[in-house]
Amino acid sequence: MPKPALKLKKLDKSFADKVNRLAHTDSRMCFQCRACYNTCPFVQAMDYSPPAILRLVLLGQEKTVLNSTTIWTCVGCNTCSTICPQRVDMAAVMDALRQIALEQGVMPAQPEALIFHNAILDSIKKYGRTHKLDVMIRYKVKNLDLFSDVDVGLKMFVKRKLDMLPSRVKNLVQVRSLFPNGNGNGKSYGK
Amino acid sequence: MANKIPKRIPYFPGCSMATTAKENNQSLNAMCQSLGYKLVELKDWNCCGSSSAHSLNHDLAVDLASRNFSLVPKGKPMLVACPSCLLRLRQAHHRLCQSYDARVRYEHKWGRPFDPTLEIIHYFDLLEHVGLEKHPHLRTLNGLSFVTYYGCMLAQPPDMQHYKAHRGLMEKALIALGAEEKPWGYGARCCGTFLSVVRPEVVTPLIDEIMVDAVQSKADCIVTACSMCHLNLEMRVTSKKKIPVMHFSELLAIALGDAGKKDWFTRHLIDPIPLLRARGIL
Repeated sequence: MPKPALKLKKLDKSFADKVNRLAHTDSRMCFQCRACYNTCPFVQAMDYSPPAILRLVLLGQEKTVLNSTTIWTCVGCNTCSTICPQRVDMAAVMDALRQIALEQGVMPAQPEALIFHNAILDSIKKYGRTHKLDVMIRYKVKNLDLFSDVDVGLKMFVKRKLDMLPSRVKNLVQVRSLFPNGNGNGKSYGK
Repeated sequence: MANKIPKRIPYFPGCSMATTAKENNQSLNAMCQSLGYKLVELKDWNCCGSSSAHSLNHDLAVDLASRNFSLVPKGKPMLVACPSCLLRLRQAHHRLCQSYDARVRYEHKWGRPFDPTLEIIHYFDLLEHVGLEKHPHLRTLNGLSFVTYYGCMLAQPPDMQHYKAHRGLMEKALIALGAEEKPWGYGARCCGTFLSVVRPEVVTPLIDEIMVDAVQSKADCIVTACSMCHLNLEMRVTSKKKIPVMHFSELLAIALGDAGKKDWFTRHLIDPIPLLRARGIL
């Protein structure tokens, strides 16, 4: 007899519980109808499809899930969460998985997404609002990718879509105090 | 939702409207003025946290939204123009309503009681409240044909389903103003948001698919109510044949009074001016 890939008696249910708690949803309700799979616009860019991720969560396959590109490809458009006949909030599950991955220091399988999120948060920390030019420069420098999309950037600049100066909050101290490292120079997430 | 909307509405523009999509912001203000409402920008508002805060840190996402709630004058609603900000703010408000700890944190942080009755409305709610079909308009849209692009705006995760999804609102309004709707299948397809920066090679074919279908539908333009969608559609499209992408608020502002400032349209990456001239709208 071939060796089973999973030993059902040894499954770790605590991972699914943790995900459900963080996502405020009940992923056990999923009956694998794959409506989320069929509506996800980005499924072709993921290594595991959304319903596969959900199944892996229920089977306690923490390592596989946290190392998937799926959790960093999902943009949270909520198409899946809307269509789900069982009211499973898949987008919230993805949010929860990203946070668990960061908490546990798992290097994202798609680091560009994390670099981008950190660039946005850095910009909010600095100005209280996002400043597109600043975000793009931070992202490109950290991602060591200076020359792609220069044409798009120039087009936006010509059309006055990229402001040189940021729109900013006056009471920045207050905004910065909301960040885990409140002084505005704190570490980024996931490092 | 939104039984009484004051004539002066506290307004949360959001980062896109304040910067990259100024034309959306200006036309929205002009349109509201024509309808007899004044948008009063929330003093010193901050970013709602965008796609990033809720991706990395739930508490931060709630806190960033909370500061904005604390700035709204008591008893007034808060009008939001960006569908993405709207969802983030509503979700944060929902969390605050649900969690005692979060409310204690709110009150400690902002020194005022949390208002569970605060209404966070979109300008679609305002349009429905006003009843645009009955409202006199100065100009018709002269048979301009369109397809509507809602993006993820109609998406409602399970805990947000008590809010109204304004399916068909843009079509109804534009038809009432003389424009002609074309059927197509991509009205609720996600534009890719930040993936357009992170994985352009994934988003570009998706955007092209949307544009090709819009062209095939024989519409003159795509109409969207989200400035993020607007930017992604214009920025990532590579197909040869393309049609202009209009902000819903621009078309409303033109029809309701303000003649449509040319300044708005020169900020589009796909120039809509020849089309608007050809239809006698500009």
